Amino acid sequence: MALSTPQKATRAAVVRLQRGSGRDVKERAFAGLLLAATAVGVIVLAVLLVDILVDGLGRLNWQFLTAYASRFPERTGVRSGITGSLSLMVLVALMSIPLGVGAALYLEEFAPDNRFTRLMEANIANLAGVPSVVYGLLGVAVFVYLFEFGRSLLAGAATLTLLILPVIIVAGRESLRAVPPAIRDAGLALGATPWQVTSRQVLPAALPGILTGTILALSRAIGETAPLLVIGALFSRRSDNEPWNLLESFTALPVQIFNFVSRPQEAFKVEAAGAAIIVLMVALLAMNSVAIVLRNRFARRW
Amino acid sequence: MNHAPTAAPADRTPAAPAEVPDRAQATDPGPAAVFDVEGLTVFYGGRAAVRDVDLAIRQHEITAIIGPSGCGKSTLLRCFNRMNDLIPEARIEGRVAYHGHDLYAPEVDPVQVRRRIGMVFQKPNPFPKSIYDNVAFGPKVNAMKVDLDEVVERSLKRAALWDEVKGKLRDSAYSLSGGQQQRLCIARAIAVDPDVILMDEPCSALDPIATARIEDLMRELSERYTIVIVTHNMQQAARVSDRTAFLTAEVAADDDDHRIGRLVEYDLTETIFKNPSDPRTEDYVTGRFG
Repeated sequence: MALSTPQKATRAAVVRLQRGSGRDVKERAFAGLLLAATAVGVIVLAVLLVDILVDGLGRLNWQFLTAYASRFPERTGVRSGITGSLSLMVLVALMSIPLGVGAALYLEEFAPDNRFTRLMEANIANLAGVPSVVYGLLGVAVFVYLFEFGRSLLAGAATLTLLILPVIIVAGRESLRAVPPAIRDAGLALGATPWQVTSRQVLPAALPGILTGTILALSRAIGETAPLLVIGALFSRRSDNEPWNLLESFTALPVQIFNFVSRPQEAFKVEAAGAAIIVLMVALLAMNSVAIVLRNRFARRW
Repeated sequence: MNHAPTAAPADRTPAAPAEVPDRAQATDPGPAAVFDVEGLTVFYGGRAAVRDVDLAIRQHEITAIIGPSGCGKSTLLRCFNRMNDLIPEARIEGRVAYHGHDLYAPEVDPVQVRRRIGMVFQKPNPFPKSIYDNVAFGPKVNAMKVDLDEVVERSLKRAALWDEVKGKLRDSAYSLSGGQQQRLCIARAIAVDPDVILMDEPCSALDPIATARIEDLMRELSERYTIVIVTHNMQQAARVSDRTAFLTAEVAADDDDHRIGRLVEYDLTETIFKNPSDPRTEDYVTGRFG
């Protein structure tokens, strides 16, 4: 008697649940594929890191950090590269933050929604994707020759500013857009002017996001080599790049690395280059960590 | 906007009931008019959202605007402090007089208008700052020569929030409950010492207990301020308001999807709820529609 009792039906359902189905296999295959994709990225990065550390750690010492460049590999150092990169960073920050935040504020809070504004928005988004060497060419034409800055620190900083400006503007606009419109309504309904609402409520609320984007953009700027090479940064320099010496020639860490790598001697090509890369990488990681801390500390409160 | 709140238009004498029997201002003139709306039509992008509204908001009264969703209650409310100006495609026709002066005259500065006519929004929207800074913002941006500590305390007291927050004025406004946040928003609006407070469904995001507190508060505030409240809650209108305006949404003649808000009836709240003159009002307040 094949009577279907509730007990039988339940048992059958449980058996169906336990049996591995075709769907199950597909799920696992897909998850495995994704894991492999992640692993490739992480492993390649780890191999590169280990390779650099093996090459460079032995050469990295106080003398290497404080010495000027020399044609003798055992005496060379990245002092002028470090000071050059620091000078560039300060100057780029001074120029790009007011310009970038100003442009973001205008586009997000004040600009009328018309064809001109939309054209500018599209252009800014496109500029963020222009290869950096093109900015270098622009820098040569405009800053080095047209403005007659020469192959100077100022020309380099101005070029890098142009390079990261679109990134700062886009990041700034996104942070401003994340501030709820209700905050603006609240301010305006109290009889505040649009500028008072922007400067006292919207900008402070968006500031952590803007800072995070700016720091990431700056870390991109100090890692850039191509535009500085085009501008004509020196490979070595026997005195410091002082930020107040705007019209002097300059060098920067990535430019020095490029120079080390292009020399024939192993002591330059491998050891000095590795050590300089470690210095640059530590600086970049430090900046990115600050950005992450900022982002977490001021996690969105609405 | 420096005229005294009491400066009512001189020509506003009570009309005889027989002349315009369906208008509240005719059956009971009551106190002086703060707002006088005549033939107001609001357009959003060329289409009317509210058409031909006539009503008078009276001093130190609570006026409720009720009606089904999409009837333009909030749109009408936002005309009173020119918040609709912030929507680029919004445009108005008709006249909104504030103590007899055209609110939309070219020389009128909307910033000054909003300074005199405060607003409380549907969802509590405190600034991401301390409780103190939230209340002090208005007096600060308006450069009011006042003792800020005193204003903050007085405003919070009037908003019936002082006892709950006096020990933690420096805490973030977001640490408060929803009902407390809404009372903070009321305190913030009071701090600039406005003439009128507009409230756009101020209790719709709150629980019944918090709602009851805000309603009590509104009754207290109406001794000092003129209050206009938009609500979708008829019981709330019946409980707190002196006068009620009932709006409804009419389907446009040329487009079935387009709805236009129309003022159906405006009268004392008691009349609207107990003895409405328009059958549509009766259907709505008795729950037969909407």
